[in-house]
Amino acid sequence: MTKVSSIPRTSRNSVLDLVEMSLRSVNQLLHDTRDGDFLIRNPRGAHAIVCGLDGNLKVTIEGHVGYYCAGMNKRAHVTVIGNAGTGVAENMMSGIVHVRGDASQSAGATGCGGLLVIDGNASARCGIALRGLDIVVKGSVGHMSAFMAQAGRLVVLGDAGDGLGDSLYEAQLFVRGAVKSLGTDCIEKELRDEHRAALRTLLDAAGVRNIDVAKFRRYGSARKLYHFHVDNAGQY
Amino acid sequence: MCGIVGLFLKNEVLQRNLGRLTGLMLRELCDRGPDSAGFAIYGDERKGITKICMVNRDDAVDWSEVADRLASTIGADVAVEEIEDHAILRTTGSGEIARKWLIDNIPSAYVLSQGTAIETFKGVGNPAAIIERLALETRAGTHSIGHTRMATESAVTVAGSHPFSTGDDTCLVHNGSLSNHNRLREQLLRKGERFQTENDSEVAAAYLASRMRGGDTLQRALENGLRDLDGFYTFLVGTREGFAVIRDPIACKPAVIAETDDWVAMATEYRAIAPLPGVEHAKIWEPAPATAYAWSHAA
Repeated sequence: MTKVSSIPRTSRNSVLDLVEMSLRSVNQLLHDTRDGDFLIRNPRGAHAIVCGLDGNLKVTIEGHVGYYCAGMNKRAHVTVIGNAGTGVAENMMSGIVHVRGDASQSAGATGCGGLLVIDGNASARCGIALRGLDIVVKGSVGHMSAFMAQAGRLVVLGDAGDGLGDSLYEAQLFVRGAVKSLGTDCIEKELRDEHRAALRTLLDAAGVRNIDVAKFRRYGSARKLYHFHVDNAGQY
Repeated sequence: MCGIVGLFLKNEVLQRNLGRLTGLMLRELCDRGPDSAGFAIYGDERKGITKICMVNRDDAVDWSEVADRLASTIGADVAVEEIEDHAILRTTGSGEIARKWLIDNIPSAYVLSQGTAIETFKGVGNPAAIIERLALETRAGTHSIGHTRMATESAVTVAGSHPFSTGDDTCLVHNGSLSNHNRLREQLLRKGERFQTENDSEVAAAYLASRMRGGDTLQRALENGLRDLDGFYTFLVGTREGFAVIRDPIACKPAVIAETDDWVAMATEYRAIAPLPGVEHAKIWEPAPATAYAWSHAA
């Protein structure tokens, strides 16, 4: 874990302590602020910390956060030095959310844009209903990850659980480790040069170095399910 | 919704603080289960003594009379300790026989648990108020189970509050809902299990107790439950020696486990673990679906 003293400070850097301030007042202060660096202390698993940010903010949270941390994030760079509960960065629009520990289920759910980096593992349903967000998980992801994902990318350096990419639309999935099973209509696809190049760029953005991108396997939609076909009527 | 907590102490020095620490955890989950709450504390064992915990249904119960009738029925001494609307009956006789007789013959009260170590308390209303009224924070012991309830499957009553206990020193708290509990209840009734509510979680407790009476270990009973219990659940099951956690294969219902050299804590959310001493050094993880995790004081 990063020591607090190593977090760069600027003249606008402020410490917000959730023992001293209410969560609502901390979130409101950040909503009313367009830029600056902030350090949030004592999150203690509270829900909805730094939800709905919209500014060139840099926010570091020192400790474990509860549900929906950094949900709907726009532009801001949020770092959680700890674990995150259900739905971290859900529906994020842009910016970066970086979880230094593990993330619970539904990380990055319905995310539209930006980058979510999880240094540890993410549990079930990571990237469910993804709509354009890029997610990089340095550990493994749980079952039903990228369920019904429409757009965006899910990159997993470890393994994926059961039912990866079930009912997938056009999101791209890259897994370096083992996939326990693929979901309905998700298939392995060829990893071509353009995918390797894109993967390298994305991993660079996520701060992942010294990784052989050729070791990844690419998965995508077989496109048999989302164009209606009468033979599939029983599947719906 | 609903909130679950469990605390298993490895360091004996902490045992006198078990109630206080469990209270800290449970208070964090009041808003996950604002309609009722309950807790089981394991400890205060006395050689040859079984404790039967009861609570009155509506009006005050003459516990001394209940104790006298029970004593003459089972032919053993029965002592009473009254705590608010609860009573702990201590007997040298069989807890199992006493429980069945009390359920069948004392309609003005519910039997909450029986065993040598377990003490169970429940109430309706704000969990924080229940914690204070029943003096959870003064209690000592080796491990604890707690629950805050947001009712879905049966009425908000003291009997519908968790934990549910049907076997010796065994109790269960549940976050989720079962869909095959009615049929399973019928099957368990035919095997001789006694029920006091229409609650789905009581069926899960009776199922596990029935399996363990039939020879299953707790681990084995939980694994059989993956096949026989249909629905959503995170279960925390207390036994005389410790507790076990299991989530259904879909694992929608949340759970977090944290472990230090001094304790193991399980909770629905991390925020209930955050107040524990030494949490900054804890190993923290989310239990995998369909996998049983157990801790025991047994050698």
